[in-house]
Amino acid sequence: MWAALATVVDPELDRPLTELGFVRSVAIDGAAVEVHLRLPTSFCAPNFAWLMASDAYDAVADVPGVRHVVVELDDHHDSELINRGLAAGKGYRETFGHEALESLDELRETFRRKAYVVAMERAITRLLPRNVAELTLADVPDGDPVFRHRAALGLSLDGSEPLLTDQYGGPPGPLELRRARSVRISVEGNAHFCRGLLATRYENEVLT
Amino acid sequence: MYRKDGEDYFIVDAHIALWDARPGNQRNIHGKQFIDCFYDYHRNLSPESELWPYEDYLYYGSDRLMRDLFDDGYVDHAIFQPALLGEFYRTGFGQTDEAWELTRKHPDKLTYNHCFDPRNGEAGLDQLRADAERFGLTGVKLYTAEWHGQSRGYKLTDPWAYKYLEVARELGIRNIHVHKGPTIRPLDRDAFDVADVDHVASDFTDLTFVVEHCGLPRLEDFCWIATQEPNVYAGLAVAMPFIHTRPRYFAQIMGELLYWLGEDRIMFSSDYALWTPKWLVERFVDFQIPAGMTEYAPLTTVQKKKVLGLNAARLYDLDVPERLRLPDAGEPLTGPREPAAAS
Repeated sequence: MWAALATVVDPELDRPLTELGFVRSVAIDGAAVEVHLRLPTSFCAPNFAWLMASDAYDAVADVPGVRHVVVELDDHHDSELINRGLAAGKGYRETFGHEALESLDELRETFRRKAYVVAMERAITRLLPRNVAELTLADVPDGDPVFRHRAALGLSLDGSEPLLTDQYGGPPGPLELRRARSVRISVEGNAHFCRGLLATRYENEVLT
Repeated sequence: MYRKDGEDYFIVDAHIALWDARPGNQRNIHGKQFIDCFYDYHRNLSPESELWPYEDYLYYGSDRLMRDLFDDGYVDHAIFQPALLGEFYRTGFGQTDEAWELTRKHPDKLTYNHCFDPRNGEAGLDQLRADAERFGLTGVKLYTAEWHGQSRGYKLTDPWAYKYLEVARELGIRNIHVHKGPTIRPLDRDAFDVADVDHVASDFTDLTFVVEHCGLPRLEDFCWIATQEPNVYAGLAVAMPFIHTRPRYFAQIMGELLYWLGEDRIMFSSDYALWTPKWLVERFVDFQIPAGMTEYAPLTTVQKKKVLGLNAARLYDLDVPERLRLPDAGEPLTGPREPAAAS
């Protein structure tokens, strides 16, 4: 079950929920599974909260032998709304009603691109002081996260592809690498702050 | 004023509040969740010596505010940036009457900025006109994730927001402080996105847009728009206390802001009472980019003086004593600084 939940990532931080400490409890009773999630604050963005909770629901439901799934998000300003939606098998639009326009696909895509930019910046920084303009995917060691992130965006994994691109995989602008560094600093900073806030919020809690 | 090593610093705390989050003022569970979220920020980012008991944090009152800012905190002038949060608190979160009373008593020390909400339509425009006259407004604070009936957020590019900005301009309101939060309509989008600031900054070039928390958690998006718009500023609320818990991250924030915006568009604030200014001012004056972080130039005393007070004083026409001023260095208005650091 833990392995299934480990496939669910926080889209903003690009880290698994299990690693971030967002999984509060997992209870298995035969074919029934109940998972509780927790976040660093009551006011974490509800659209991201929904993505994580519904992804967790799907991941648990896909585990062979599981028949009944309960996923609940605890202590959030939208806990009631989100938990009701999950329990009723509703989607994003049905759950959020008039506040939802189409889907969260674009939001997810935006943060997939940020995660790619971060991975790209790290891969390039590890290869410095080589000439950035000449670097290609062939220069990056196998297993580097940049390949996974390119694949998630449908970008080519061919070794001849230039390593530095814009967020869409296209030719870089003049400040592209510098801008990528800002993205990396921002995401790393947020991840650290979120972990800290979670630890402060639940400092006396033992996970089950 | 703060003095250290023979240098004198004029201090403007550009984002303070006088809030009442006591249970009696909480309208519902969200009132408690909101102040608890603030208190966790406070607990997580404060040095142990600066921690407040929860009871004090709920409400601290005028006397304590004056003491924390002006007696103990070195602050020369502070600016109220109130959040209404009318759906969470009975008389609102920021206490308008009490803050205004205090401002009238100490006009040399305090500026009162009020808030508006474009979802209040025509009636809200009349209220804005009345508020501008009552408070002599030169600035407003906008919280775009404010809950309002069925709506839990808006964008600055919404048609009514444009009407409000046009009226604000007519009324002599020059400084628009923007604070992004977790909700927006529709929820399909990233609520923290600052792209709407880019649009209004281009369309209202005579207004200044101060993005609070320097866009955090979207520092990168903020820097990218602010480097192109000379009337977009960074407020350091919430960023400042990282100086204690994560000095390397704080160095990165300062390094990024100085690279993309330059030293004239960054403003100190304690975000009182999230934190108190005393320790933040002391730490900031002592702060330096860590050795080994060679991608950023060291912070200069001139930069610190501008960030701690002179930049905000310029925006709000505050009277800075002659000896504490700096000559205009003729910095470029837009574009990244020190391009060599981009490599």
